Amino acid sequence: MKKEKHLSRNEQFVKYVEAKTPKTKTFPTLIWAYLVGGIICMIGQGINDALMAIFPKMGQEEASTWMLIILIFIASLLTGLGLYDRIGVFAGGGSIVPITGFSNSITSPAMEFKKEGIIFGLCVKMFSVAGPVLVCGLVISFITGIIYLFI
Amino acid sequence: MNNKIGDQTIIFKNEPKIISHYSVVGEKEGNGNFKNYYHYILKDDLFGEKSFEHAERKMLEFAISNSIKGANLKIADIDLLIGGDLLNQIISASFTARHFDRPFLGVYGACSTMAESLAIGATFVDGKYLKNVVCATGTHFSTAERQYRFPLELGNQRPPTSQWTVTGAGSSVLSLNGCGHKIKMATLGKVTDYGIKDVNNMGAAMAPAAMSTLISHFKDTKTTPDDYDLILTGDLGKLGSEILMDLMEHNGYKFGKNYNDCGQMIYNNNQKTFQGGSGCGCSAAVLNSFVLKKMDEGVFKRVLFAATGALLSTLSSQQGDTIPGICHAVVIEKDDKKEN
Repeated sequence: MKKEKHLSRNEQFVKYVEAKTPKTKTFPTLIWAYLVGGIICMIGQGINDALMAIFPKMGQEEASTWMLIILIFIASLLTGLGLYDRIGVFAGGGSIVPITGFSNSITSPAMEFKKEGIIFGLCVKMFSVAGPVLVCGLVISFITGIIYLFI
Repeated sequence: MNNKIGDQTIIFKNEPKIISHYSVVGEKEGNGNFKNYYHYILKDDLFGEKSFEHAERKMLEFAISNSIKGANLKIADIDLLIGGDLLNQIISASFTARHFDRPFLGVYGACSTMAESLAIGATFVDGKYLKNVVCATGTHFSTAERQYRFPLELGNQRPPTSQWTVTGAGSSVLSLNGCGHKIKMATLGKVTDYGIKDVNNMGAAMAPAAMSTLISHFKDTKTTPDDYDLILTGDLGKLGSEILMDLMEHNGYKFGKNYNDCGQMIYNNNQKTFQGGSGCGCSAAVLNSFVLKKMDEGVFKRVLFAATGALLSTLSSQQGDTIPGICHAVVIEKDDKKEN
């Protein structure tokens, strides 16, 4: 009997807190994410076009690869300079979803845990944020591959 | 048992005094609302050390030694150091105690540790088991962030219910000899869990613990909220404070302007900390700067200092457990003889 009463008190409180808690403002967050994410993609396209203009022999595929490498480098550098997290504060998903966010999520723990040593700090913790993304990506591409094999 | 009244409260009949206190805070806190009250503000959050963990220890050491100096005592005069922090195995407090070569009790009550230390220290002093006891706690934003949340440079967004761990440390020296504000009573809190699971909403998780301790305190001592010039909770933040006020009103206690919260007060509105500050450095720094100095000035005569803590770990929350909270309250009264 007592346990039931205990539960209902907690349920009531959780419900009350949920109603009282301020929510993330969806609209401005979306606008910022759209703008910053769009700008990052435009920069990527710009790098791609510039590469193809400077090196006329370069194909589309090779240019995209170089463009990705350059974007990853820039994001990593900005992380090191302590600027990328400032963009992230207002951009949210806009700076997390593109490949630059992936670069940030690997560089930032690598920097942070360097103090615990190269092997047990940097190497172990490097994928602490990006790890789940990698695992999911690998598993899904494996499943997709199997399906593709039979159709 | 004649020092215990009611269910959870003890009275200190010999009135231990806070004969000296010292606070040190980081740069961000130094730009906050109490910039004129702190004893020392860091120019660099590393405090000249090679890691933030070392900086946290150095802040604690700095606060402790300066509070001992302020009491005109030598380290050898200190009978006991009581302290804690937020890091795993409370390394900051115990590593700091290593330097002092004095008896040490490490305590953990999450962000309620300052009130917990004061309650334990006052008991030793009041019972005349020990003469001089130092109570100190501290936290650092960057060490707490990496232990509980994400790397500093990760470009993630903080939810609107989040709080900002205070970089700071505070230390108080308790003794029966000397002058200072008196610790009259302590109400020891019970672990209270109302089923909140959101680790980004600590204020809501801790508010029921604060309510439990405060109601017990008012019942045990037969006082009302109006009997205090200031009722100060630890680090519930803005949302947590509102929840506490609702909970108290629901139980028939109305808080007026004499209620406030360290977390809510410490930063100004432009500092983008959402709900305010948290961490055991928060209540320690606010108590040992703003509150005690305002008591010196006579603005507050009777303060109920109720630091609150969320007793979770990253492991418990990842396993889906709810967040238990605790709150310890200490009554501090102005020393009438102290005028400056």
